[in-house]
Parts: sequence; C-alpha cells; structure tokens
Amino acid sequence: MIRSAAFGLSLVMALPALADEDRVPPVTHAATQEECGACHMAFQPAFLPARSWQAIMAGLDDHFGENAQLDDATRAEIEAYLLSNAATRIRSVPDTVTPMKISDLPWFKREHGREVSARMMERAKTMSNCVACHRGAERGIYEDD
Amino acid sequence: MKRLTLCLAMLAAAPALAQDTSPARLIAGYEAEAGTPANPAAGKALFLATHGTGKPDTPACTTCHTDNPRAAGQTRTGKTIDPLAPSANPDRFTDVKKVEKWFGRNCDSVLGRACTAAEKADIIAWLSGL
Repeated sequence: MIRSAAFGLSLVMALPALADEDRVPPVTHAATQEECGACHMAFQPAFLPARSWQAIMAGLDDHFGENAQLDDATRAEIEAYLLSNAATRIRSVPDTVTPMKISDLPWFKREHGREVSARMMERAKTMSNCVACHRGAERGIYEDD
Repeated sequence: MKRLTLCLAMLAAAPALAQDTSPARLIAGYEAEAGTPANPAAGKALFLATHGTGKPDTPACTTCHTDNPRAAGQTRTGKTIDPLAPSANPDRFTDVKKVEKWFGRNCDSVLGRACTAAEKADIIAWLSGL
C-alpha cells in the first residue's frame, strides 16, 4: 500500500512531457546502463511512456528478435527505474496506444525522415544507434550533429 | 576534456567483472556436468554453423560475433562486441554469472533451445585454444 502510494507519487513527479527532444535527462541507474547498454545505447526513459516500458520489460524473451532475459531481481529494478522516469505524455500518441519503439514515435519519424541520408543510415546501421550521429546521445543531448 | 570526463564517468559506471572463474575452470565444471570431455572441434562446428532453428534475426553465432572470435563483433544495433577468444580478450570467461547469462540468451536466440553443458564446454574449449 505504502509502496503503491510512493509509486503513484513518483509518477506524479515524473518528467513533464518532452517539450524539446534535443535534451533529455541521462540514464542515472547503473543496472539500466549496464544491462540495456550491453547491446545498444541505454535509451533515456523519458522517451517512452510507462506503459511502453512495462510492455518492453514483460517481453524480454523476444526483445526485437533476440532473447534479452534478465534475472527477476535485475529486471524488476530496471523496470522500476524506467517507470519512475518515463514520459507522462507523448505528442500525437493517444493513451490507448502503446509504442514499442522510440523510432516509431511520430516526432521521431518527422525529425529523422527528412534529415537522415542513405549514407548516414549506412554508417548508423539502425535507428537504434543514436550515437552514430548524435555524439552526446549517451548524455541525453540530441542536438543535430 | 569533456570527453575525458565522460570516459572516466563511463569507466566508473562499468561494474567490475567478478573474476570468479577462468576458461579452464568453466570447462572442467561443464565437463563434470556433461560427463564427457570437451571437444574443441565440435565447439568450432557449432559456433560456425548456420542453425536457423532460433529467432530469424540470429541464425548463427557468427551473425554478431563474426567467424573470427579473435576479432570484435557487432550487435544488430551497431554496438561493438569485444572478442570472444581469451587470447584476444583476457576478460572473457572469467565471470560465471555473465557466461551463464549470455549462453542462456544466445543459445535460445540462435538455436531456439538451451545449450547443453557439453556444448558449453566444447565452445569454450575451442575459443580458449585460438
């Protein structure tokens, strides 16, 4: 009960919706950095709403085509961090929709659709490789590089 | 300067490896569990084969690790994977939890099933001899 109240409060105090995607608070949780960052950049939790992180963390046995399972304790710890730092709202995404990828978000597609050349894409390999073009991505800085 | 600070911060953030085992000790443990001696040639064949029995994006170990374990590999999202061969990367096979975590994940992704203790012994035996 106390825990759920505390959790509720932490959600209320969570970040406002992203006003500006150029800067987001960096990942400050060691296990998240370590485990998520093993295969790809550890994406900042403010990019997705809590329901998205919940769905992602519930499906680690098939995480975008790979098994990324964690032991229960680590999984729970990472999920708690992601949920308490998630976005409260995502522009142009209704609450009934649960985006599974940051690169599926309308603003992301708009920003990248115009600007990313085939050559940049070749270098980055995938849209998950933020640091290929945004040198400050790990620190939450996404000014155009 | 900023970059140096970042590097230092990332170093500090990286948890120290447990260093609680060695390739030889792992091989011995898996051999005991399997009841058979490690077979490096079988490990090589398993590692280099295209299986296609797991998830479609990862038909083989070499999908991410390349066919040269002394060289770095690359995840599907473009992140570098340090070499698997201990001769190229002394940190390999020195942390029981890490070894079990990645065998667990990757055997499922590539083979669609868990690896047997014998297969783990075979693969580490092959990689250790490179």
